[in-house]
Amino acid sequence: MIIKIAWKNLIHKPWNTGLCIILLAFGVGIISLLILMQYQLEQKFSRDLNNIDLVVGAKGSPLQLVLSAIYHLDAPTGNISLAEARKVMDNPIVKKAIPLAYGDSYQGYRILGTTIGYVENYDAQIRDGRLFSEKMEVTVGADAALRTGLIVGSIFYGTHGEAKGGHVHENHKYEVVGILEKSNTVLDNLLLTNVASVWQVHTKDSENKNSIDTLHATTLDLNHAHHGHEHDHHHDHDDLVITADSMDITAILLKYKTKRSIMTIPRFINEQTNMQAVLPALEINRLFYMIGVGGSTLKLIAGGIILMAGLSVFFGLFNRLRERKYEIALLRSVGYKQLHLFSLLVFEGTFLALLGYGVGWGLSRLGLHFLNQQAQHDFNLQFDNGLVTGEGNLLLLTIGVGILAALIPAFQAIRMNVSATLSEN
Amino acid sequence: MIKVKQLSYKYPSGPLIHFPDFEVKGGESLLVLGESGCGKTTLLHLLAGLLRPTSGKIWIDDKLVSQLNNSQMDQFRGEQIGLVFQKNYFIESLNILNNLIVSPYSNNKDHAVTISKRLGIEEILNRYPKQLSVGQQQRVSIGRAVMNAPMLLLADEPTSALDYRNCKNVINLLLEESVNNNAALVIVTHDDRLKKEVHNNIELFPITNQMN
Repeated sequence: MIIKIAWKNLIHKPWNTGLCIILLAFGVGIISLLILMQYQLEQKFSRDLNNIDLVVGAKGSPLQLVLSAIYHLDAPTGNISLAEARKVMDNPIVKKAIPLAYGDSYQGYRILGTTIGYVENYDAQIRDGRLFSEKMEVTVGADAALRTGLIVGSIFYGTHGEAKGGHVHENHKYEVVGILEKSNTVLDNLLLTNVASVWQVHTKDSENKNSIDTLHATTLDLNHAHHGHEHDHHHDHDDLVITADSMDITAILLKYKTKRSIMTIPRFINEQTNMQAVLPALEINRLFYMIGVGGSTLKLIAGGIILMAGLSVFFGLFNRLRERKYEIALLRSVGYKQLHLFSLLVFEGTFLALLGYGVGWGLSRLGLHFLNQQAQHDFNLQFDNGLVTGEGNLLLLTIGVGILAALIPAFQAIRMNVSATLSEN
Repeated sequence: MIKVKQLSYKYPSGPLIHFPDFEVKGGESLLVLGESGCGKTTLLHLLAGLLRPTSGKIWIDDKLVSQLNNSQMDQFRGEQIGLVFQKNYFIESLNILNNLIVSPYSNNKDHAVTISKRLGIEEILNRYPKQLSVGQQQRVSIGRAVMNAPMLLLADEPTSALDYRNCKNVINLLLEESVNNNAALVIVTHDDRLKKEVHNNIELFPITNQMN
C-alpha cells in the first residue's frame, strides 16, 4: 500500500512530478550521452590503431597526420616522395609497412590506394568477390557499399578530392571487384584500390602507356615492402622500375619487429628526412586528454543539472509535506509505523529518480540518433546504442540523488507530532 | 472494552490534566462532554495512543496499552482502534475504495464494499475525496474507522459542524457500527444535541479549575 500511495502521490501532482523528472532527465541525458560517446570513441580509436606503431607522412601537425592516415577523419598533411618513403620501409627493423595514397572519392567515401597488407592488418574478411589486385580494381568497405549502393561488378568514376560534386575524373573508371565484411574499423567506410590506380588517375601523362606500366611495377614493389609477411608473391623483384620513385604517396603505416626501436626510428625520420614520424598512440592519448577536458566540463554542467534536479525533488517533497501533513498524520492514525512513513517519502524520491533516469536514457539515445546522422554525414562515424557500464553507475548515482533528496522530508515526516497536527483547527 | 484509571497528562509547558476513571463495554457507548479547552481531544488522543499518558493506565480488551512502545502502539491502533476526526482527512491521491482500505491491516476490498453498502456509499467508491460532499466524506470516515472491526471506536467532535439532520444521521451510524462490531464507542464533543442519543456520559471541566 505504501508503494501504491507513493506512486499515486506522484501521479496526483503531474506538474510537480514532471518538473522534477525533466530536470533529472536533462542531467542524466547529457551525462549518459557523454559517457556513451567517450566510451565508443575510445573503442573505435583503439580498434583502428590496431598494430600500427608509427605513422610517417609529410611534415605538419602530428595529430592531423594521425587523424588523416589512420582514421581518415582529416585532410592529409601533404605528400611524401616514394623514394624517401622507401628508405624507411626498407629498414630491416620494420616488420610491416603499409603505404597509403589518397586518391579520389566517390559519393564522399575516400578511394584509398594501398596494399593488401592494409586489409590484413584489420583482419577484415571478404563478403563478396575478392580483394583488389589489378589497377583500377576496388574493394569496398561494408558501410560504404551499403550507402553508395556499389556491388561487385559496379563501374564508377572518382571525384577529385573529398567533396561531393568536385571534378569527376571521367577518363578513369574504377571497377568494384569485392565487398568487405563489416569489421567495425575504418575499413568499413573506405574504397580500397592499389597505389598504382591512384597514380594513374592523377599523373598528367597518364595516357602514356609506358608510364603506367612503370607505376604498375612500383605497386608490386610496394606489396613486397612488408617484410616478414608470408604472402606468396607471384611477381618478381626484377620487374622493378626505379623511375617510379619520383611518384608521391601520402603516408606510411609502420609496424616494428621489436618495440625497442619505437623511439629511435622517429627521431631518425624527423631529423634526417623531410618527413615526420608520429607515434599514433601518443597523439590519440593527447587527443583524448583534450576531449576529456571538454567532456568533464560538460559532465560538471550535467552534474550541476542533476544537483538542481535533486534540489527540486527535495523542495518538491518538502513543500508537499506541509500540504500533506494531515495525510501523514492520518496514515499514522490508521496504524502505519514511523518506518513506513519514512519509506513512503524515500519511495517517492526513488520513483522520481527512476523516471528521470528512464526519460534521460531515452533522451540520450534520441540525441545519439541525431548525432549519428550528423556524424555519418560529416565524418563517416557511427555510434552504437549499446549499454555502457558507466551508465549503470549513473543509474545508481541518480537513485542516490533521489533518496538523498527525500531523506530530510522523510525525517520530518517521522518526527511529526501526530496529535498536534490532528488537533489543529 | 476500554477501561481508564487515574489517567493524567501534562503538556511540556502546560498544566497537568487529570481525567476521570471510566469503563465502556463492547457495543456500549460513552459521551465525553465539555467546553473547548478542557482536554477532550487530549483524552481521545491518549485513548488512541497518539499521546502517551504522564501517569495512569488504559486497558483495551484487558491489554494494558499504556505500556506499549510507539511501534507496538501504532500496530495496535491500526488493528483494534477506529478513529473518526472532526475534520475529514483523506489521502487525496487515492480513490474512496483505496482510502477505505488504506490501513496496513485492512486490505480486504470485499469487506470495504460490504461496509460501503451498509453506509450507502457504494456508488462513490471510484471517486476521489475532493469530489464528495461533507456528508459523504463523513460516511467514508466512519467506514474507514470500522474497516478492521475495531474493539474501540473513537470519535472527536463528529457532529459539531453538521446541521440537525446530518448530526442525527452520523450519530446513528456511529451507534449502529459500534453495535455491529461489538466495539466500545467513545465520543468526545461539546455538542449537547448528542445527549439525547447517548445517555451514558461524563463531563470534563475547564483545566484552570483543576489546577493546584
